[in-house]
Amino acid sequence: MAEEILTVKNLKKYFITAQGTVRAVDGVSFSVKSGETFGLVGESGSGKSTVAYTVMGIYNPTSGEILFKGVNISQGINKRPKSLKKELQIVFQDPGSSLNPKRTIQQTLELPLKVHGSSGTEDCTSRVIELLRMVELPAEYMYRYPRELGGGEKQMVAIARALATSPSFILLDEPTSALDVSVQAKIMNMLMRFQKEFDLSYLFITHNLSLMRNVASRVAIMYLGKICEVTSASEFFHTPLHPYTRMLLSSIPVITKEEEALKPKKIASRGEIPSPVNVPPGCSFHSRCPERMEICSKEDPSIVEVEEGHTVRCHLYHG
Amino acid sequence: MSTPLLEIKDLHVYFKVYEGILKVLSGVDFRVEKKKKVGLIGETGCGKTTTMKAIMRILPALSARIPKGKILFEGKDILEMNSRDLQKVRRRNISIVFQDPTAALNPVFKVGEQLADVIKYSRKEGGTSLSEKEIKAEAVRLLKEVALPDPERIMENYPVQLSGGMRQRICIAMALASANDLLIADEPGTSLDVTIEDQILRLLKRLVEERDTSIVLISHALGAVRGLVDRVYVMYAGNMVEVSDTEDLFSDPLHPYARGLLRAVPKLTGGGIAEGIRGRIPDYLNPPEGCRFFPRCDYAMPICEKNQPPFFNHGNKHEVACFLYQR
Repeated sequence: MAEEILTVKNLKKYFITAQGTVRAVDGVSFSVKSGETFGLVGESGSGKSTVAYTVMGIYNPTSGEILFKGVNISQGINKRPKSLKKELQIVFQDPGSSLNPKRTIQQTLELPLKVHGSSGTEDCTSRVIELLRMVELPAEYMYRYPRELGGGEKQMVAIARALATSPSFILLDEPTSALDVSVQAKIMNMLMRFQKEFDLSYLFITHNLSLMRNVASRVAIMYLGKICEVTSASEFFHTPLHPYTRMLLSSIPVITKEEEALKPKKIASRGEIPSPVNVPPGCSFHSRCPERMEICSKEDPSIVEVEEGHTVRCHLYHG
Repeated sequence: MSTPLLEIKDLHVYFKVYEGILKVLSGVDFRVEKKKKVGLIGETGCGKTTTMKAIMRILPALSARIPKGKILFEGKDILEMNSRDLQKVRRRNISIVFQDPTAALNPVFKVGEQLADVIKYSRKEGGTSLSEKEIKAEAVRLLKEVALPDPERIMENYPVQLSGGMRQRICIAMALASANDLLIADEPGTSLDVTIEDQILRLLKRLVEERDTSIVLISHALGAVRGLVDRVYVMYAGNMVEVSDTEDLFSDPLHPYARGLLRAVPKLTGGGIAEGIRGRIPDYLNPPEGCRFFPRCDYAMPICEKNQPPFFNHGNKHEVACFLYQR
């Protein structure tokens, strides 16, 4: 059994707004094993990016614990040792806004090297060239600005920047959702290769379940700040348990007949994700659930382990 | 064979920019029959939206040029129409749903007012002038048709007060009010979540089937297209490269680009992700002389370098613009 590199325990992150408290993340627990790709799936507004930013230290958690290699890193970014910051890196969704438009690619890639390394100017330049070579971009790109690059190329620079400090854990926040499928294929294959080469662990956030199927070893589904179901990727697609998971799966557009056969019998998706300011009482999904029972609107279900490694938070599986 | 509802013949669209002339569309052929659902797939920058904007004549007036080509709507060339006839087509016959409903709606007017305007002018064009009350009743009816709950209340809301899915439903209602023959949906679900996108696509399908309207669905989400349309066009770098009935295309794509594209889509059945297509979309300032896919193609032949391939018939209404299928 591989050791756990990242453990999140009962993480909560609330935002106070004029409309009320937004429970963006409300008691999330999961762990990422060393060398695996752990997938986090959910619709917009489900809190998956908030989980990511809290792990990275961009937000301070309201409560709960985040352990990275056994060290508690939940007190906020200022108290986090520099050696740990180097280990955790992130790739954002939109490379158009995550790269500084006024910096050349060289300047962008050098910054993490200068912050974390002690290498001189010459070493820096050769490392930048090496990083660009790793992501299959020509070395002369170091003199260019982000606006001169295509969307896919920009994302590769963002990946190179994440790799610059030789991290052991990379958080991928929808790295390909802004890109075309052929570019997506290229980037995902590259990421998978780096994972093997550098023994990386990924926390992979996406709403694309077909993509998740092909890259993740384990998957967690989030809905309104809570995790509904956690299981291995293959189990997830063969025996989905939570009604929300089934709704998601049956909503995926597919392109072959074999895939069609794998989808759960059509459960028409209905309703929209409620506002996180105004979470319905009981199970937060009950307003959209096709298998709603009386208890669902009153009591929030607890997490049950149905099989080893397959947990679900739904009243259907209680008792 | 009867006249198709819409037929585009050899359409060229160029854009004048500082660096020179972008030759974006070079000879697009496209047809939509009456009461048919047609899909248009292709990657970002391949000219899907440019083609649709040309149909509506909403290309940027200062930079866009149409040096060649015809867009026939029921036999009449839209490009030759005077502004009066064009207005009629826009108000009565063809309508478009854009990708981003937030940008498509005016933020400072209530959605009810925006919808009422569309209904008013569309009806006026048809020769009936409606009273305020009748317009409101029609608006409520349309909002019910797009499955929005509590239409009276929603009409009093501003776009910011509604969710993305609701805004897109409003845009669809507005399009329905004026699209009696053809509805163009330009990536209607792309900015929405997967469960909401699924709802929107099912809604569109039901609506066009009920009303006997034709639809053109543009998308780079191939699965969404497969679930909705009868016939699919594949576009690459300003050219149509393949057209066929939906099932044929997805089970047996012919053009090397279409094959690469379908291979690159991650499958639910697993098995990893295939390599994407090498290289990138050509520079429109200086596109390849022959087949525009030539520099990226694994099957390139000498003939491809200098000649643009015409459509070759591969049987069963499956046509492909590639010299590999020349007989």
